Amino acid sequence: MTTKQEELTTHIQEGVFQQSRGPIGWDGKTLKQMRKETDEISKETGHYAGLRTLPFKESDPIRFEKIFSKLRGGVVHARETAKKVAASPIVEQEGELCFSLYTPDADSIVTSTGIIIHVGTMGAAIKYMIENDYEVNPGIADKDIFCNNDNHVGNVHTCDVHTLVPIFWEGELLGWVGGVTHVIDTGASSPGSMSVGPVNRYEDGYQVTCRKIGQNDVLSKDWLLESTRSVRAVKYWTLDEKTRVAGCHMIRDLVLDVIKEEGPDVYKSFIREIIEDGRRGFVNQVKTMLVPGEYRGVSFVDVPFKDLPVHDYAKVNSIMHSPSKIKVHKDAKLEIDFEGTNRWGWHSFNATPVSITSGIWVMLSQTLAPNDRINDGAYYASEFGIPLGSWLNPDDLRSAHANTWHSLVAAWSPLWRGLSRSYFARGYLEEVNAGNAHTTNWLQGGGIGPDGELHAINSFECAASGVGASAVKDGISHSAALWNPEGDMGDMEIWEMLEPLVYLGRQILPGSGGAGKYRGGSGWQSLRLGWGTNDWTMFVAGSGHMATDCGLMGGYPGAAGYRYSALDTDLKERFAKQLPFPQGADVDPDNAEWDTVIEAKTIHRDRQTVSTEEMFKDYDVIMNYLRGGPGFGDALERDPKNVAEDINAGYVLPRYAEKVYGVAVKEGKYGEYTADEAKTIKLRAQIRKDRAKRSIPAKEWMKQEKERILNKEASPQVQHMYAGSFALSEQFTDEFKGFWDLPKEWMVYEEDLNVPTYGAHINRFKDNK
Amino acid sequence: MAKYNKKKIGELIDGTLEFYELKDMMSSHKDPERFGTYMSVLQERVTWDDPIILPAGLHLYIVQKASGDRIVKCDCGHEFCDYKDNWKLHANIYVRDTEEKMNEIYPKLMAPDTDWQVIREYYCPGCDTQLEVEAVTPWYPIIKDFEPDIDTFYNEWLKIPLPTVKA
Repeated sequence: MTTKQEELTTHIQEGVFQQSRGPIGWDGKTLKQMRKETDEISKETGHYAGLRTLPFKESDPIRFEKIFSKLRGGVVHARETAKKVAASPIVEQEGELCFSLYTPDADSIVTSTGIIIHVGTMGAAIKYMIENDYEVNPGIADKDIFCNNDNHVGNVHTCDVHTLVPIFWEGELLGWVGGVTHVIDTGASSPGSMSVGPVNRYEDGYQVTCRKIGQNDVLSKDWLLESTRSVRAVKYWTLDEKTRVAGCHMIRDLVLDVIKEEGPDVYKSFIREIIEDGRRGFVNQVKTMLVPGEYRGVSFVDVPFKDLPVHDYAKVNSIMHSPSKIKVHKDAKLEIDFEGTNRWGWHSFNATPVSITSGIWVMLSQTLAPNDRINDGAYYASEFGIPLGSWLNPDDLRSAHANTWHSLVAAWSPLWRGLSRSYFARGYLEEVNAGNAHTTNWLQGGGIGPDGELHAINSFECAASGVGASAVKDGISHSAALWNPEGDMGDMEIWEMLEPLVYLGRQILPGSGGAGKYRGGSGWQSLRLGWGTNDWTMFVAGSGHMATDCGLMGGYPGAAGYRYSALDTDLKERFAKQLPFPQGADVDPDNAEWDTVIEAKTIHRDRQTVSTEEMFKDYDVIMNYLRGGPGFGDALERDPKNVAEDINAGYVLPRYAEKVYGVAVKEGKYGEYTADEAKTIKLRAQIRKDRAKRSIPAKEWMKQEKERILNKEASPQVQHMYAGSFALSEQFTDEFKGFWDLPKEWMVYEEDLNVPTYGAHINRFKDNK
Repeated sequence: MAKYNKKKIGELIDGTLEFYELKDMMSSHKDPERFGTYMSVLQERVTWDDPIILPAGLHLYIVQKASGDRIVKCDCGHEFCDYKDNWKLHANIYVRDTEEKMNEIYPKLMAPDTDWQVIREYYCPGCDTQLEVEAVTPWYPIIKDFEPDIDTFYNEWLKIPLPTVKA
């Protein structure tokens, strides 16, 4: 039985299709019909679009590869050219943009380099338009332009703005091209692209839901006026949009040239076969690189909101729990299950299923499938479990997502470790990676800039965080972030041109990379001085109370984070009198030298590494701490010479050479350190004895820990985390209680913890507590 | 297709290859002979005779016993448990759950806050090597990192016979 609304919709559809040429899909089908058929036949056959064979590729492989190369080269070229249009250093310097080509029913065919997480997010936007009958209203026509950045449609976070352009050939839709840039400000309740202040959707920034913003290749005036009045830093917004439109139109022209040369039928065959080819290629990679079986891991990230000036219901210290299981099936299907993930929360760190599934391809394209055939084929070769109601899949339209990366980078780290166990087992040691750093801090703020205009900033220095160690070498220091292939910290001079913040230092931070036989890539710090500010605020966003990785096979996690800022300082006087002042990095927080050369009314030196806007003026200072990566292997096996070198290069503090690495070092005449190998052998033997003395059998320890669980001895935030997972997942609860052999009646309930449960919907205890 | 001899794989294991050589390895298609070469180098290096079925981590191996059991074994000779069990449950453990213990590894403020997270170190009871580290919240079950499907791997993927104990 149909509802009145459905009858009306059907009536309108029929009417519109009668007035127009009819559906725009292939063979007279609507896009919705195409989407349904592709899904059904792919599922039924196990092959994308039911392609058990690849007749085009198999009969004419050279022509097939020629078309691929043209399209792939074209999208990469469009990205490289279009990014020069942008003024934002995030796009122009850091390369935070990406273009992808899609089938009419939204499967990705080829993708450029760049932030390829958006292969899936732009596909999700097109699918949303198909699902919502855009073909009928507002209509999809040649030379239309659409825009999307709605998180709940499947975006990563609000600042990733998509431009989507349909590609027609003789009245038939042959595909879509999408372009995305990370825009420096999208009008959230606090400035910067990855705000901490927002705790719900309505503070998360200006969200555009798959809106038609232009026709006949011209952007609508009402769109231009409304959008530029809805964001800060208008010139970056505007030039980013021109970047995306330019890239999309370059790619559309390229596709039309290919169709002109090859014919539409050949193009149609190609775009289906290349996706199935991608699926087969991925299956082949899994069989080549991995070992079938199960791999488990977990990571955490802290959300210390209890004392932040946010809404009452958001004032909670919580932990985002990310357990994951990778299952490599016999048929090489890759399954990743996040069962046990805890509840979403009132902060801007929630994620959508598309952002995690699409984001995983960013990682896999750097490790398991490092080739240029990044398309939806790999998606069809894999399966994901993402629990509804968890922070990976909030069951409430009000959830905020502005800084999804806070949690996503943590959730990925165990996946590196799982895959690396496979590489290690198969002997591909060069591919092992102990995990990724928590690629933060995000140093953000805004206000009236030196030019008198409304301005916002988000330093992308964290694009050069430390990399995890491998099984054969140290992680690369201050070099990369998994979400951005450019791996560039940006030039200080460029940042200073755009931000009212002068550099007082940029320096390696000793001890930030996880210790191990191979050390995690080191992190670093920069120190910025307010200069030219006017009505300005700043805030930080990073991990603080917790390490977000574990290290691998005996290596330690990368260091946790902390914040430093000094407000209302005496630096003006110090500069005038040429007195010492803080410079470089805070190299040893146990003996903080900065604190001896500055006076300030307020100094923040603490773990509150997510903060909200704080007024910031000239002569105030703020530190940006970019985290290090995890280590690999027992630190006692590190070559002593390398430990001495680490001290000399500033990666390790001298006292940790003995404590962590068991290396006896001596300081030379000029302050250089060398290892004393004979003493080192003795020291390491002693440390092994100490380990034997201080440790106990794991099963003995489990009895002690069980007592603590029975007595509920854990901080409120830890109990809150477990309660959020227990409420959503019976499987996680059973595994937890089974492991500790807990009595049936033992449980931790969210509502017993004296913290707000506002917005908690799914709760399997609701009816039977 | 790249091909590497035992000497080269030995150098890979030892971490003595130059970066340009590693880069070539990473950029090339994977060599199908790698597993066999790697296993033969590892087998030559251990001091015991049990055939290695699969490396299970740095210093750890799943080995074939004459009884038919598949055991997780350290290269020092210590035998942990059946490979389907979690070897960590049979290791020695040390938990860094105070600021003082954390400060032995990290400078102040750079270690996890023990109200939120602890660091667990797992040592081999035979040689006291630190085999794994977990950074988890208190109460977290000991993680079973890896359970390989050995039979599928050998019989269906590699299509080679499983190592057997010499009579």
